Amino acid sequence: MTMEIVGIWLGALLTLALYSFLYRDNPFYKFTEHLFVGMSAGYWVIYNIYNVLIPNLWDRLVGTGDAAPDMMMIIPAVLGLFMLARLVPKGAGLSRISLAMIVGTGAGLSLVTTFRTNCLSQVEGTIIALTGAGTGQFLSNLILVVGVVCGLVYFFFSKPHRGVIGGAANTGITVLMVAFGASFGYTVMARISLLIGQVQFLLFEWLPTIPIFRGLTG
Amino acid sequence: MGRLLERLDKVDRRVIYILMAASVIVPLALKLDFPIPIGSGPSMDLYMAIDTLPPGSTVIISFDYDPSTKAELQPMAVALTRHLFGHGVRVIGMAMWPQGASLGQQAMAQAADSLGAEQYEDWVNLGYTVGAGVSLLRMGSSIEAVYPQDRDGVPYDSIPLMRDVRRLGDVDLAISLSAGDPGIHSWVMMAKDTYGVPVGGGCTAVSAPEFYTYLGTGQLVGLLGGLRGAADYETILRERIPGAPGGLATPGMAAQSISHLVIMGFIVIGNVAFIAGRSKRKGGAK
Repeated sequence: MTMEIVGIWLGALLTLALYSFLYRDNPFYKFTEHLFVGMSAGYWVIYNIYNVLIPNLWDRLVGTGDAAPDMMMIIPAVLGLFMLARLVPKGAGLSRISLAMIVGTGAGLSLVTTFRTNCLSQVEGTIIALTGAGTGQFLSNLILVVGVVCGLVYFFFSKPHRGVIGGAANTGITVLMVAFGASFGYTVMARISLLIGQVQFLLFEWLPTIPIFRGLTG
Repeated sequence: MGRLLERLDKVDRRVIYILMAASVIVPLALKLDFPIPIGSGPSMDLYMAIDTLPPGSTVIISFDYDPSTKAELQPMAVALTRHLFGHGVRVIGMAMWPQGASLGQQAMAQAADSLGAEQYEDWVNLGYTVGAGVSLLRMGSSIEAVYPQDRDGVPYDSIPLMRDVRRLGDVDLAISLSAGDPGIHSWVMMAKDTYGVPVGGGCTAVSAPEFYTYLGTGQLVGLLGGLRGAADYETILRERIPGAPGGLATPGMAAQSISHLVIMGFIVIGNVAFIAGRSKRKGGAK
């Protein structure tokens, strides 16, 4: 219980130190910022050693329990060590072999799937019947088709944006503005949500640990 | 009027911060409760996708976020796991973000304790995996190859829940709670489009607009967007399941609405002051 309260107080004080930047830059903010970066890096390194390297590489390489050692694991181990060669200027070129492996595998695996998921399926989703549904669905489908076509016309620069093409491009701009507006609105909501989360923590977890506030917010 | 607009144009940013803080703190402190209307929409679609699963089905939840977006995504995790356990669905937790595994553990353990779900029989947390889409692709042929053991080191074959779940195709639904990449994109690309597993999602509000395109094409069965999406889900649970407890997101919606009104007010005032100032400058130039 005591450690829980210590944790809550640490969280609250660090939160207030970070928000103090809104007034002006100050040593409390700097301290918290550096603490966060250092802690995150340290946590990430240790977490990956124990949750990625040991179970996925070391345990398989040496063979834990009834499992026999998997000598194929030497290949990824060596490639991983090559990445660390960047720390030594003379051997830095070795890391290119590992990077080539990562880039090649990533590109090979994602090229087809990305094209299928984010291009073909989206195009297919735009080829829809305008008739045969109710008025509401008709309007919805019409807006979708007109919006996509006009949006694409806006990015078509081989013809001057005049006449019919100019009108379509202007409609396309309007559609894009609506999309940007929706994104902006959602972004505002996201940032406010994070603030709400921290204020809830301060009001309902931290303040009740102070005797004079107990009961007011709990 | 002109002087007032001029002063508003030059208002100290710290005044805006104080008003924003007040617009969030006051509704929360006073516990204001605004109604949350639920109609048909992506939140209801996700609810129905889960509610129509037969009891005993298996769902993977991928906790692809970290504490920086906990305020938005953890309420979704809690509400979804409550619904799944209450409906008799078995849950496999995993994470493509390192700290997601711990946050998922919190959500699943909390819901399991209150609903009597047994670890390893009804739920398991496989933990974190690197590799994102590559790992998902591998899970399509063997989950055990990616997760030889669960988060606590229990071997895959010793987990009763995993005995009849060998590959992604054995799962009835996958849900990614995503704060970025890797997240919903990877799940749609690999689980849905490669292996045909239905995928649902929950995401931060920032990334919600980009995932709406997946709803129109049926690549996502439903989507919870930001704190609003989480509050939607909590409201649906309360309306449809008697005795369902209040969630973490709903109390924040009044603060969300009021702070949005304040921001809209600032946008209007800022534009009016800017336009008035520009007209004055143009007049002065003549």
